Amino acid sequence: MSQGLNRIALGTLAFVLAGVWGLPFLYSVWTAFHPEKYSATFQWDAPITLMNFVEAWQAAPFGVYFVNTIILIVTILVANLVLCTLVAYAFVRYRFRWAGFLFGLVMVQLLISPEILIVENYLTLSRAGLTDTILGIALPYLTSAFGIFLLRQTFKVVPRSLDEAAQIEGAGAWRVLWTVYVPLARPVYLAYGLVSISFHWNNFLWPLIVTNSPEVRPVTVGLSVFATVESGVEWSLVNAATLMTTAPLIVTFLVFQRQFVANFMRAGIK
Amino acid sequence: MNKRLSLGMAFVLLVLPSSLLVAFTHYPAVRALANSLWNNATSRRPSRFVGLDNYAALLEDEKLLQVLINSGLYALGTIPLAIVLAIGMALLVNSRLPATSLMRLSFFMPTMLPMVAVANIWLFFYAPGIGLASQILSSMGLPSVNFLGSTETSLVSMMVVAVWKEAGLFMIFYLAALQTVPVHLKEAARLEGAGSVRVFLDVVLPLLRPTTIFVAVNALINAFRLVDHIIVMTRGGPNNSSALLLYYIYEVTFGHRDFAYGATLTVLMVVILGALAAFQYRVLDRRTHYQ
Repeated sequence: MSQGLNRIALGTLAFVLAGVWGLPFLYSVWTAFHPEKYSATFQWDAPITLMNFVEAWQAAPFGVYFVNTIILIVTILVANLVLCTLVAYAFVRYRFRWAGFLFGLVMVQLLISPEILIVENYLTLSRAGLTDTILGIALPYLTSAFGIFLLRQTFKVVPRSLDEAAQIEGAGAWRVLWTVYVPLARPVYLAYGLVSISFHWNNFLWPLIVTNSPEVRPVTVGLSVFATVESGVEWSLVNAATLMTTAPLIVTFLVFQRQFVANFMRAGIK
Repeated sequence: MNKRLSLGMAFVLLVLPSSLLVAFTHYPAVRALANSLWNNATSRRPSRFVGLDNYAALLEDEKLLQVLINSGLYALGTIPLAIVLAIGMALLVNSRLPATSLMRLSFFMPTMLPMVAVANIWLFFYAPGIGLASQILSSMGLPSVNFLGSTETSLVSMMVVAVWKEAGLFMIFYLAALQTVPVHLKEAARLEGAGSVRVFLDVVLPLLRPTTIFVAVNALINAFRLVDHIIVMTRGGPNNSSALLLYYIYEVTFGHRDFAYGATLTVLMVVILGALAAFQYRVLDRRTHYQ
């Protein structure tokens, strides 16, 4: 009997918490799909409209922002996958002096991430003439300590016998990497890719500092400029733009939900 | 396996990829230390060596004091709350209640959104008069509160946003950890007559410690690293009441164009983060039960 009551109490708690948690987002979605005059007064039967999305899309160059973000995340992802693989491979397969110390140096980036070093990194970029370019946004993120760490953990458990068998068949270092290590790490690559994409889709401070012109802005910066450019911007438009710029990510998440969650879990455990 | 690394391979595998890492992590950290000993260059005069003058200025900077207090309050207010909520969410989602996948979506959704989008959503939520917060308050007959516009509530409002965004991510880590808790341990405790609260406190919670360390360290780094919502929602105001350290660095460097003081603040930030991480690992690590 008390077991049943407990269950009802717990269920109510869960329902309330999940409801409260979803409320700000749901309200924003609701506003995005309704005419401006309803944004201050909630009504069940308010007419649904898509005009907010159309107007927001026309009011700012969101298409350009999207293309910029895609170029940015693809550049970073490809560089990360290649560079992190090489470094992790070196640390796992080879023996060299100060390996532990060097690995510690790499891991420093986990603590002191590029966001914290905006002052000096900006100066570096401006000396190189790379401010206000997409490459400039990408540069500090092209190698990732997190990626190196994750791949090193994965490569470490690749059975020695597989590596040796490949060598006996005459495979060199590159062939061993490509035919033994990389295929076994495929789930980690997928998972890391999803984390990297979501991180860089969402990244804001550094792109805000580096970019000046609309031609190179990613969506996050574009969204913030759109939402603050004139205080007269309507809430329904801001909400529509917010939803529009995050929709691809939400769709990706819903499609890859299982891998995504599994990956975050893996990252947490190791 | 465990071969000697030849010079050519070392170059391709280590030196080339790592040079980018060094250029944007180690070099700027060292460079910040060097630049903090020089004053800011202006169009009229180049920068000159000033020794520890910038550090003396840190000590007299009242705004910095406020910013550090804000950052401390922000970390203390958001991290434990987010962790407790995350554990609670993980327990609920992991339970045999109906609609757990919908719950998980609701808790995890804020984590998916960019902080800028989260900031816009909450800007609207907090908006005096028309925001949902105001509407709820007025429906209960309470006066409207200017959450972001008053010095008493602005920092707390930012903390709510941060907890909302982060708790769902931490929930995922706890969810993973909960699924590795051996069933036989829980059953053994139950046979000994322990209720479900006791089982959780004495069996499950100790096994969650490694996760808590990981989450706490990450949350701490995030508390210092992520200021997007401050930039979008309050710009540190009113009267610096919601300014955090990284926001202050951003404002000093790119608002006031004082790169030398920005470098000095960066050094301070790196020192604080290093000290906190070392402290956290030592304190939490000692009490950890590894499986």
